[in-house]
Amino acid sequence: MDAFTTHTGTAVPLQRSNVDTDQIIPAEYLKRITRTGFEDGLFASWRQDPEFVLNQQHHAGATILVAGPDFGTGSSREHAVWALQNYGFKVVISSRFADIFRGNSGKGGLLTAEVRQETVEQLWALIAKDPATEVTVDLEGQQIRAGDLVADFEVDSYVRWRLLEGLDDIGITLQSGDAIAAFEKQRPGFTPTTS
Amino acid sequence: MARTLAEKVWATHVVRHAEGEPDLLYIDLHLVHEVTSPQAFDGLRVTGRGVRRPDLTLATEDHNVPTINIDQPIADPISRAQVDALRANCAEFGVPLYPLGSIEQGIVHVVGPQLGLTQPGMTVVCGDSHTSTHGAFGALAFGIGTSEVEHVLATQTLPLKPFKTMAITVDGELPAGVTAKDLTLAIIAKIGTGGGQGYVLEYRGSAIRGLSMEGRMTLCNMSIEAGARAGMVAPDETTFEYVKGREHAPTGAAWDEAVTYWRTLPSDADAVFDAEVHLDATALSPYVTWGTNPGQGLPLSGSVPSPATASDEVERTAIERALTYMDLVPGTPLREIAIDTVFVGSCTNGRIEDLRTVAEVLRGRQVADSVRMLIVPGSVRVKLQAEAEGLDTVFIDAGADWREAGCSMCLAMNPDKLAPGERSASTSNRNFEGRQGPGGRTHLVSPAVAAATAVVGTLAAPADLPNLV
Repeated sequence: MDAFTTHTGTAVPLQRSNVDTDQIIPAEYLKRITRTGFEDGLFASWRQDPEFVLNQQHHAGATILVAGPDFGTGSSREHAVWALQNYGFKVVISSRFADIFRGNSGKGGLLTAEVRQETVEQLWALIAKDPATEVTVDLEGQQIRAGDLVADFEVDSYVRWRLLEGLDDIGITLQSGDAIAAFEKQRPGFTPTTS
Repeated sequence: MARTLAEKVWATHVVRHAEGEPDLLYIDLHLVHEVTSPQAFDGLRVTGRGVRRPDLTLATEDHNVPTINIDQPIADPISRAQVDALRANCAEFGVPLYPLGSIEQGIVHVVGPQLGLTQPGMTVVCGDSHTSTHGAFGALAFGIGTSEVEHVLATQTLPLKPFKTMAITVDGELPAGVTAKDLTLAIIAKIGTGGGQGYVLEYRGSAIRGLSMEGRMTLCNMSIEAGARAGMVAPDETTFEYVKGREHAPTGAAWDEAVTYWRTLPSDADAVFDAEVHLDATALSPYVTWGTNPGQGLPLSGSVPSPATASDEVERTAIERALTYMDLVPGTPLREIAIDTVFVGSCTNGRIEDLRTVAEVLRGRQVADSVRMLIVPGSVRVKLQAEAEGLDTVFIDAGADWREAGCSMCLAMNPDKLAPGERSASTSNRNFEGRQGPGGRTHLVSPAVAAATAVVGTLAAPADLPNLV
């Protein structure tokens, strides 16, 4: 995984709450067995509307999504993270993320920056005024900067460390191989096996 | 120190604890299906890693599989490729698999408990958010993403930060005709789709103790719709009775040892929860959703809400958007909403008790001409049990379509879909836009309400039906 320190880009305002993972990527796109190529499925249903914010020319090339509260609710599909990343997004900003989506994002290197709803609305206003507004998301300083706006954001401290270092989770865990083996020796005999 | 059920299960699974880092948690059971696993197996191949404990891993095919003509190859080539990938991966890595056609095939969350693999005090994960279902046994069970699936395959552990705990206490007795599904819809309507975020929910109180294991599974299943990754019910005699004698349940001295341990799991009397919610069971009635998230629900006796009732701008916009999508007018009594399709099934309500409830309502009655009704058992075992009890005859005589096991129209990855604009009453768990097919509209309901709705043609409860002569 590539390390993430600071990202600067333009942003798309997604002024909706409860953006569930079925909207981020509908189930029909989940049949693929690759990790790439999901950009066509991103918000597939909403993108059929020419007025939908992602279809607006002045938001082309944006890399930051600024969404309403409870972003990523619903299913555990990590395809939602891949679709956002495959499309070009590096950061999602919201006042509240669903747990599984946030966890999946951290694994895949998509930064979920949690801010107050007031900050979301200030960002929406800035982007509405000038869609070319550059937004900087500084993971080192846990800060978002755009125009005159400077706001702190929350991110899990362990995820932040892993993103800054670009570390592979499984590699870290395998260093505890002895502890896992020792744990397995003392598991109760009545726990079931599938074989 | 006094501890909650969730804290006890957590504590007995910590492989490694270090300050400022997530705990490394051991996973007792890893369930796998075709949709969220192929990229994880690919990751293992790329890094040259194996599956650490195939004997604690079990795969089945459920999301993609057709519910008719299952003796023929899957028609959709992309679905078929995904199912084939699972078969090849399980063969390569030695993971036990119950494929389409096997007597043990079915929805992963129906199969685990049915085999006795889900037991109190265990940690259970699956690349599916409805893994919370298994919490009904007093297991800590939650959905994970594909990166985590790979992590568990490779290490049988997951690095996790402890959850907060929330007690949801439901006292009193549920009125006749009110089920676990109504209860869960009422809870989600009360705390919202984000209300449980960051928490493990523990359902407590006399109403919960009175639920069957299947009712508890329905309740825990939808914890995720309240934003909680896991929901739990403390194990008791009902739990032990359900587990005993199942294929993978302990036997003899091991059974006694297990039960002795399981009895230590319930939350201590003086345990403190981070949050508490109370509901009065006696005040509940059948619940249905009117909107596009599971928190947008009301008693069936209610009416479509107006955006004017919203407490803030975000909620007002959400209501407006939902009404537009659902094509509903504020003030319309919910009972007047006409339904095109009734779907009975899913990991929420696709078990034998659900089918019995539906059969009880349909016996001697007919599905309305304007309605198509699809009944999809949660597993092959559930299907065979229903057929042994003659329920299939009741369904077919009533004009319903009796299918093979799978996830089916809950998420419409197989050919069972709503057409654009079509409206369903569905016993599944999500009423998101397009969930049951692009442009489809979903009302979440209990099996009893689903069956009555199929007969009447508009949203209805069994109590609304005229008595049979």
